[in-house]
Amino acid sequence: MLERALKGSSRYWAWIGFLLVIIAAGGAVLVNQWVVGLEITDMSRDVSWGFYISQLTYLVGLAASGVMIVLPYYFHHYKPNKHMVIFGEFMAIAACVMCLLFVIVDIGQPQRMLNMIFHPTPNSILFWDMIVINGYLFLNILCGWVCLEHDRMHLSHPKWIKPFIIISIVWAFSIHTVTAFLYQGLPGRHYWLTAILAARFLASAFCAGPAILLLVLKVTEKVTTFQMPKKAVATLTKIIAYAMVVNMFFFMLEIFTAFYSNLPGHIHSIAYLFAGEHGHHELVPYMWTFIICAILCLIMLIPPKLRDNQKLLPWALGLLIIATWLDKGLGLLIGGFNPTPFETITPYWPTGKELMISAMIYAIGALIVTVLFKIATDVKQELGHSQALPCGCSTEDTDCECAGEEAPAADEAAEEAPAVEEAEATA
Amino acid sequence: MKNNRRNFIKFAGLAAASLCVAPKAMASGHAAPVRKHPEGKNGKRWAMVVDTRTLNTEEAIAPLAEACHSVHNVPHIESKQDIKWIWAAPYEQSFPEQQNPYLDDAVKERRYPLLCNHCDNPPCVRVCPTKATFKRPDGIVAMDYHRCIGCRYCMAGCPYGSRSFNFSEPRKHLDLTKLNPEFPTRMRGVVEKCNFCVERLSVGKLPACVEASGGALTFGDLADPESDVRKVLRENYTIRRKPTAGTEPSVYYII
Repeated sequence: MLERALKGSSRYWAWIGFLLVIIAAGGAVLVNQWVVGLEITDMSRDVSWGFYISQLTYLVGLAASGVMIVLPYYFHHYKPNKHMVIFGEFMAIAACVMCLLFVIVDIGQPQRMLNMIFHPTPNSILFWDMIVINGYLFLNILCGWVCLEHDRMHLSHPKWIKPFIIISIVWAFSIHTVTAFLYQGLPGRHYWLTAILAARFLASAFCAGPAILLLVLKVTEKVTTFQMPKKAVATLTKIIAYAMVVNMFFFMLEIFTAFYSNLPGHIHSIAYLFAGEHGHHELVPYMWTFIICAILCLIMLIPPKLRDNQKLLPWALGLLIIATWLDKGLGLLIGGFNPTPFETITPYWPTGKELMISAMIYAIGALIVTVLFKIATDVKQELGHSQALPCGCSTEDTDCECAGEEAPAADEAAEEAPAVEEAEATA
Repeated sequence: MKNNRRNFIKFAGLAAASLCVAPKAMASGHAAPVRKHPEGKNGKRWAMVVDTRTLNTEEAIAPLAEACHSVHNVPHIESKQDIKWIWAAPYEQSFPEQQNPYLDDAVKERRYPLLCNHCDNPPCVRVCPTKATFKRPDGIVAMDYHRCIGCRYCMAGCPYGSRSFNFSEPRKHLDLTKLNPEFPTRMRGVVEKCNFCVERLSVGKLPACVEASGGALTFGDLADPESDVRKVLRENYTIRRKPTAGTEPSVYYII
């Protein structure tokens, strides 16, 4: 199927070329980092993890996002998601690859990376994080590829893949839990030392991940004939709204515990992030931006009228992504290291080189998404699944006025029937 | 037997895999035998007591740090990416959980030498994904600089900020004419910290800082009730850094 990625419009190739240029530029900086060491970063003795690891944390959420499409389809037989599943799985592949790359660029001796396998250490959460992220990558490649290949050949999905899909759904929860455990088990870091961190991670993953996925699919709709079923979009948006509400609720639980208990350790990090401490206010504007974006996106997502407004939706999702990124991709990490074990503040801000290398990894992720989505949309187009109709509906929208008029839609319904029965029979 | 390409590749793969695993499987699992130095010090739980009544200024602690850093080839870097094995810090940085606004001025003004606490329950050892940092049977938390992958998880794990990472090539910041050939320099990209002078204990010497302290630091075996440290601990009121972290440090401070 990969050959489908080799045939595309000039716009497709221009985009691929653009990504390759970013990858090359970032790659050159990475070579520089490998030659001189991590001194090119702003990390320090006190803030010993920086932008790289914070992006790992954020992207694990993106990896787990597909499950919000896959789970309703396989566990609840929610049919509108049928043709969206593959995109969730392919997005997870790109996200897992980015996660792994962010670890690789962060470590000081990448050529010794395999020491984690030669000297396996089950008491280290990093060991388990390696296992769950690689495992999830493998599961998504397997499930995504096998299902798409069978779709392409007009075959129903093989029975043996079903257990792997079920495992991958459960596994999605594990990747974020384990990544939270990286942080929440450390005795000296008050901002992370909270039992609700894993729950917060899951909540933010299940709003931010699907939000990114939905935005990318909206772009996909613009550049291909693929069209998401309206019901699937509405359901996913509802999930995003609920998850964001839960995410902010968990955040308020943290605030309550810290300030009502008045425990200095719990207060200090939050005070540093939102008010500044010891004359350092570097993160204050960003953290308040997080709060404002979170409130705005909730205003746009909670009332059904605004939530279902497709013109407004991209803006709401954009605000949500900014809010969650500032909270989890920036504040969580820097707030965990500051105040330092000496109750001092050591500011951290990523250097240009760090950002270049990060841009390289994001470009690699975008490249993987582009290629995989290209293959998937090509196959869908060939099969006539989830295609855009002139009236703006998708061929899967059964209650759309214009859907009935289209002859191919009826044919498809007949064609799909065995596959649906198959799914039900195995369930 | 049908010999097709598929079978050949299968067997080749299997053979290659077993070749990789065999040496590891055949090794008995015990460490290689070593010849011990006749004067080497043996302890069950090494510990240090710092008498801050006598050792409490920047100037007094500097020679200790100098002794340590020169014997271990620890570079000094003028940035927040500095490497430190032992250093001086004020009270509020050393004991942030044990402050009070009306603290005795003398205690408040003092400087305290900070170093790795060689904890009983070291979080750094718990989090290390390669066992590059490990607890020895004598209680010392040691590092294998050749196994460390530089993930810096131990630095996030340490509640005492005792660990440093070689962000750059350490030799760039060392006077190559004054290197101690008895101890290796590190390479870039690995974490390092105080090792309680394991290399000196093994040949019967006391840690470099203890030797340079003129008696303000007491070093010895906690497991031996007659040892110097136990005697000093019995006779003086001592505190440890961040007791709530549950790490059980083995560096004690007489206030």
